[in-house]
Amino acid sequence: MQEIVVLSGKGGTGKTVVAASLAALAENKVLCDCDVDAANLHLLLQPKVSETHEFWGQKVAAIDQQACTSCGLCLDVCRFDAIQEFQVDPLSCEGCGFCLQVCPEQAVTMVDALAGHWYVSDTRYGPLVHARLDAGQENSGKLVTAVRQKARAIAKEEGSDYILSDGPPGIGCPVISSLSGANLALIVSEPSLSAIHDLERVLAVCRHFGVKALVCINKYDLHEGNSRHIEDYCRQAGIDVGAKIPFDTMVSDAIAQGVPVVEFGDGVVSQQMEELWKVVAARW
Amino acid sequence: MILAVASGKGGTGKTLVATSLALSLEGQGSVQLLDCDVEEPNAHILLQPTIVSSQAVLVPVPKVDKEKCTYCRVCSEACPYNAIAVMGENVLVFPELCHGCGVCTYVCPEKAISEEGREIGVVEEGHAGEVRFVQGRLAVGEAMAPPVIRAVKQRVDRSSTVILDVPPGNSCPVVEAVKDSDFCLLVTEPTPFGLHDLTLAVELATKLNVPCGVVINRAGSGDQGVERYCAQQNIPVLLKIPLDRRIAEMYCRGQTLVAGMPSWRKAFRDLLESIQRLAVVKR
Repeated sequence: MQEIVVLSGKGGTGKTVVAASLAALAENKVLCDCDVDAANLHLLLQPKVSETHEFWGQKVAAIDQQACTSCGLCLDVCRFDAIQEFQVDPLSCEGCGFCLQVCPEQAVTMVDALAGHWYVSDTRYGPLVHARLDAGQENSGKLVTAVRQKARAIAKEEGSDYILSDGPPGIGCPVISSLSGANLALIVSEPSLSAIHDLERVLAVCRHFGVKALVCINKYDLHEGNSRHIEDYCRQAGIDVGAKIPFDTMVSDAIAQGVPVVEFGDGVVSQQMEELWKVVAARW
Repeated sequence: MILAVASGKGGTGKTLVATSLALSLEGQGSVQLLDCDVEEPNAHILLQPTIVSSQAVLVPVPKVDKEKCTYCRVCSEACPYNAIAVMGENVLVFPELCHGCGVCTYVCPEKAISEEGREIGVVEEGHAGEVRFVQGRLAVGEAMAPPVIRAVKQRVDRSSTVILDVPPGNSCPVVEAVKDSDFCLLVTEPTPFGLHDLTLAVELATKLNVPCGVVINRAGSGDQGVERYCAQQNIPVLLKIPLDRRIAEMYCRGQTLVAGMPSWRKAFRDLLESIQRLAVVKR
């Protein structure tokens, strides 16, 4: 069983469009949306939710206003500026409990916080594990781990060949949680100077965690010089470029229809997606 | 005024809007642009600033004095992040899990724990023309962006027009970047993806008590969902940037709208005026 995670560094390069197309092309797989902050894969796969689970994040502090004497010790020790006017701002609180330790009146308690939900769904393309982190919550990495664990359990049970995951942008906590232990990071880039900068950083993260990478260039024809630069860079780094997908407004039309672009129409975009999957399937 | 430029979804044009806005205000008083997308900072690519200083961002992590430690486990029981563990006669610290809260140091009955700074990124300062520029950069392999964002925001000068380029997503880094702002400008695109993530971003801005308005990028493509939603929720649509291959190509070259198409300068100045009317300036 191979775990493939789609990443990009920069947001909006086309991770979800690529992931949904591969979902339609690959056989015998479990699908997974690791972008729990701003999950979009379900918008193209039209899932029917079969299981809903609660996700409980880090506990947060709460101050009993009756017991509080406004001594201010908690304010002095909190390093996250989470206490204002002797009330805890749950969005800023990181749950360390320092305030609870120092409060002479035992006015602080740590309370459980529901931080989101995760789901197992049926789609035309196979099972999908996905999640929704509530706005402003911490621990997106922990939720990613929960989603991946479930996807692995289903894959094991069903004897799947692949887990295909749509990943988050960036290089921090949720990316690291999505990437660690995966067999392949499929990086979707585009020929903008910003995306190239971000590609270099996300490839460095892949190296750091020892995960092999394969690159595809989306909207490559918006700047062919920059696309060549990406190809040269990858060649020097020993990384293959699996596909070059042209800019086509058909992609946003497919999103508006809520279907993977390979099922929306023929054309070069779909051909390149098929090419990309051939490259992946031949080697992983 | 502090203006946060955010989106929920990545790649909708936050940085393009933030930098174009900053450049459009040339000659109109002090402007500060702070790139809070410390995982993938991109504003420097469009502004080409001269960086004049760089400072390491350190998070405090525990350092255990083995002479004093009695392996009593009080520290590991108090740490909610599992960043310190006692294994027999050995104390293990996992720096990448540590939030630097200081609880272990406080609870140690032997006063055996002190703190040392661990570098997780840098903050760089400089200028691009008249724009005062600050950016944070999280080191590769590090998980925690919020301390770097906090370090960037320590450089906020409230006497300027302050523009914050916010990271994508909807979790703690976004909270850190947007909180205490006077207005949140949400850049979106007219697709179901843009709409889905916009609704989450509006929810977050509301929780943080920051008023918001919308910029629709790549207008004319996709569908009407975003406009319908904004009308229903009474969220003002303050600017539309059309889907135009020339704009996409300019962005690929690293050009802002204001530098690449000077006729946009007025639109961005008008945008700022609308925001100033809607913002609730704190303090």
